[in-house]
Amino acid sequence: MTGETVLALRGISKRFGAVQALTGIELEVRAGEVVALVGDNGAGKSTLVKTIAGVNQPDEGVIEWEGRPVAIHRPQDAQHLGIATVYQDLALCDNLDVVGNLFLGRELKQFGLVLDEVGMEKRSRQLLDSLSIRIPSVRIPIASLSGGQRQVVAIARALIGSPKVVILDEPTAALGVEQTAQVLDLVERLRDQRLGVILISHNMADVMAVADTVAVLRLGRNNGVFDKRSTNQEQIISAITGATDNAVTRRQARGEGGER
Amino acid sequence: MSGDTPEPGHRPLPEDSMPTGGVNAPVPVAAEATPAVDPRLIVRQEGLKGYLIEFKRRLTSGELGSAPVVVALIVIWAVFGSLNSSFLSAQNLSNLSQQIVGTGMIALGVVFVLLLGEIDLSVGSVSGLCAAIFAVMNVTHGVNQWVALLSAVAGGALVGLVQGLFFAKVGVPAFVVTLAGNLGWNGLMLQILGASGTVNLSGKDIVSRLYSTIYGQQIAAYGMAAAGVVLFLGSSLLDTRRRKAAGVPYRTLTDVLVRTAALAVVGFLVAYTLNQYKGLPLALLVFVVFVVVLEFVLRRTPYGRKVFALGGNIEGARRAGINVSLVRITVFMICSTMAAIGGLFLAAQIQSASQTSGGGNLLMNAIAAAVIGGTSLFGGRGSTWSALLGALVIGSIQSGMNIQGLSNAIQFMITGAVLLAAVVIDSLARRTQKSAGRA
Repeated sequence: MTGETVLALRGISKRFGAVQALTGIELEVRAGEVVALVGDNGAGKSTLVKTIAGVNQPDEGVIEWEGRPVAIHRPQDAQHLGIATVYQDLALCDNLDVVGNLFLGRELKQFGLVLDEVGMEKRSRQLLDSLSIRIPSVRIPIASLSGGQRQVVAIARALIGSPKVVILDEPTAALGVEQTAQVLDLVERLRDQRLGVILISHNMADVMAVADTVAVLRLGRNNGVFDKRSTNQEQIISAITGATDNAVTRRQARGEGGER
Repeated sequence: MSGDTPEPGHRPLPEDSMPTGGVNAPVPVAAEATPAVDPRLIVRQEGLKGYLIEFKRRLTSGELGSAPVVVALIVIWAVFGSLNSSFLSAQNLSNLSQQIVGTGMIALGVVFVLLLGEIDLSVGSVSGLCAAIFAVMNVTHGVNQWVALLSAVAGGALVGLVQGLFFAKVGVPAFVVTLAGNLGWNGLMLQILGASGTVNLSGKDIVSRLYSTIYGQQIAAYGMAAAGVVLFLGSSLLDTRRRKAAGVPYRTLTDVLVRTAALAVVGFLVAYTLNQYKGLPLALLVFVVFVVVLEFVLRRTPYGRKVFALGGNIEGARRAGINVSLVRITVFMICSTMAAIGGLFLAAQIQSASQTSGGGNLLMNAIAAAVIGGTSLFGGRGSTWSALLGALVIGSIQSGMNIQGLSNAIQFMITGAVLLAAVVIDSLARRTQKSAGRA
């Protein structure tokens, strides 16, 4: 099912003043794989994501992209590599319509000067259709969409640049039951399109529903990488809370790591 | 922006566009529910009835756009017209169409700044400064009129660059930068004008002619109206054809014809009125061209899209890779440049640049015009047409008051009340939009 490793983090560490936010983090994302990144508040999830997205630079460690070490200094660098990030606040412009938001910053042009509205509308519809996203119209302002619809628009926007890895930061945090299901469907469709997905979530049900691999962070360190098929919710929760921080689980985690 | 292109009927999506996915691809909700149109969905019906329903829905959900200002204009004209028949005479309306150009040009620039959700309080002083630059260069020093004109406009752009740098790069609030500018540029103007304090224009220079030229031939006004209508119809039909070819929703032919007819009625009515007096004033023509071109820049170019994006969500715009500082600086440059152009028209109107140029309530009138016309003070919503409509409202009030022989005191109070009403409407509309899920 999953393919070759697209993105790999090797021994990533990050300090903020006196705080050691990340210590020796290892993470791998393969094409067509959903990696759930879980951990309690302050475990370092956001810092790790910002490091991958180019907002922060790691103090130590290497980011490998398709096997080659790369330097990601700015968010644009990550975008050029093919890493798209959907932040929790979505960063959509309420006053622009769906098409305007999807193509914001990379509009299609005619004659090099004028917006190609027709072309953008056509591509927007194709993109939304291919993801089975239902939006009343691509020409209504974002302000009139529901929370779930905004979330899927934000995810669809991340796909305009044809990325290989998509990072979703708490995509279901503010959503109802139905909308959560829609977003999870979308995550699975991304996987089916051979994208690597990093899903950050506090919601164990969501994680167990779509993730292939669950990477647990605890206090800025790796605390186990679990294959969903051979684990259960209790195991992951105990890894998150640290209840299993003993020799057995450490050994198990090493075993998981060695398999790769 | 909203619903600029209403969908004439919701077309079902092709079934085969769905990703097939792997064996374990769940494909749940979407598959069985394919084209089932959401019943809560608002789809505009076709035809005239659909128009009215859509219009009503927009009004009730707070998307007022230019509707209040059009109503206000009709009321103002009805009131002054009934008080004194000479208000609605061709002569008065023709003069009005020239008088609004100076303030309107400045308001055009203010629209850009308001779209960012910022304000420029220096436009009055900048307009006076640039008028002084032109007058002193051309009249006092005998510099070629074109060079003087370009210098004045470039001076405006430079002012905008300086203010924009302080705002975008140093991070001083625009309010404070331009307030300082308001004072500083006024001082610079006084310096340039020197001891005499007033420089009279020659009356034969390019700026004077731009303002005072009136094309007397009947064909001029009608021809321009016809050209505008044809241009609109042509671009609409072209757009419809492209949309049809691309398979995206398009305006129906009746839709296009109704809009064209509405434009034709307004255009030819204006042309007829102007021809009843002296003819088509060049100043009005220049102003309308500026309005149309800048509207095109805002709606149809990537640059305009960026301006709107900044007004909607600065952080979102930054993450989308937009150079926020550059857009901010250029918007302030556009604003000051338009202030310079407006200042030249105002100088031509009184045939001089003097110590009072750009003073008085010009600044407030220009900002009021943009806001009264329907550009939101909160950023992200507006149109260059609001500068024209707003300037027309303010000009009409002044003109009507003058005809009635009312003092400045009453004029100021009424204009102030109208501005307050416009901002109240803007705030209320925003609140309604929020509750209607449109803001």
